Amino acid sequence: MRFGIVVNEGPYTHQASDSAYQFAKAVLAKGHEIFRVFFYHDGVNNGTRFTVPPQDDRNLQRLWSELAEAHKLDLVVCIAAAQRRGILDANEAKRQGKDGDNIAPGFRISGLGQLIETGIQADRFIVFGD
Amino acid sequence: MSTLHTINKSPFERPSLTSCLDHVAQGDAVLMIEDGVVGARKGCAFVDALRAKQTSCALYILGPDLAARGMKAEDIAEGIGIVDYGGFVDLVAGAARVCAWL
Amino acid sequence: MPQETGQKKFLYINRRAPYGTIYALESLEVILIGAAFEQDVSLAFLDDGVFQLMNGQDTSGIGMKNFSKTYKALGDFEVRKLYVERESLAERGLAVEDLMPITYEDENEDYAEKPSIHLVDRSEMTRIISEQDVILSF
Repeated sequence: MRFGIVVNEGPYTHQASDSAYQFAKAVLAKGHEIFRVFFYHDGVNNGTRFTVPPQDDRNLQRLWSELAEAHKLDLVVCIAAAQRRGILDANEAKRQGKDGDNIAPGFRISGLGQLIETGIQADRFIVFGD
Repeated sequence: MSTLHTINKSPFERPSLTSCLDHVAQGDAVLMIEDGVVGARKGCAFVDALRAKQTSCALYILGPDLAARGMKAEDIAEGIGIVDYGGFVDLVAGAARVCAWL
Repeated sequence: MPQETGQKKFLYINRRAPYGTIYALESLEVILIGAAFEQDVSLAFLDDGVFQLMNGQDTSGIGMKNFSKTYKALGDFEVRKLYVERESLAERGLAVEDLMPITYEDENEDYAEKPSIHLVDRSEMTRIISEQDVILSF
């Protein structure tokens, strides 16, 4: 089956991103596919490469990036939510006249249409939030 | 086919469990995750509300979230199944849709 | 299950009041974008979500943008099924008259203006949830 996963909260403050990550790993371990992981609201904050969490705890951004690389996952950060919260890729930084970008490896910025498409294309759709 | 309802907040913090139980159809399943697991503890004020729904729907909690909060299987009210993340995936696969009560 | 047309039934669940958090505003943004995908869209307003539809919202004192008129434009985006839960209104001392008049134009009846808000009770809301393919919670 193809799963669509939505993450509505940022790392650490809420358990949503952790729960979604553990769920995503279990989906793959069971032999299913993940159509897309879509990050909305504060969930876009999972996609910055500038976090420096304590060494003795998990690095959620790195976990997502590594899972994406290992399984060729599509991690999408919503552009509107990202603009509000200051998550940019190089293109967006140039377009908006900002002096840097911060998107993490394995994440890409795209529109809300990708969220709708996830609902349409996935066999199962689940939201993790607060 | 049925709905899997997920609850991630404690019923003492937010009325999402109550709202969820007010909208469960016959044959649905309810899964408590994250802080939501505290509502399943024996003797807890919400156990009667959960028990009232047991005839119409299947109740589950996520074991790893239970253990994280210092609780064991024997601390949970009767009739509530404990699943791991793999079981969570199976519950989603076995339902027609998921309704997250945030 | 998806309908024969390939359309899926999408339900957007709104359970929070506006302005205290961003969920009401950002869920509207999804709904507006989603309209272009021609799926079978319904919106559910229950618990504090009913406050999103309150008439007379005035945000001038809190310095936030008043986005309530966007709900009135939903008809132009072919979003016509706004289910408001009776019990949620009653528990909050509200009546349907407290809500914004939201309408759409029915092209099948000479563009007659019809209400988009449908009052439903809890058991009907349960049934509506059970009929969906995709449920988005914010």
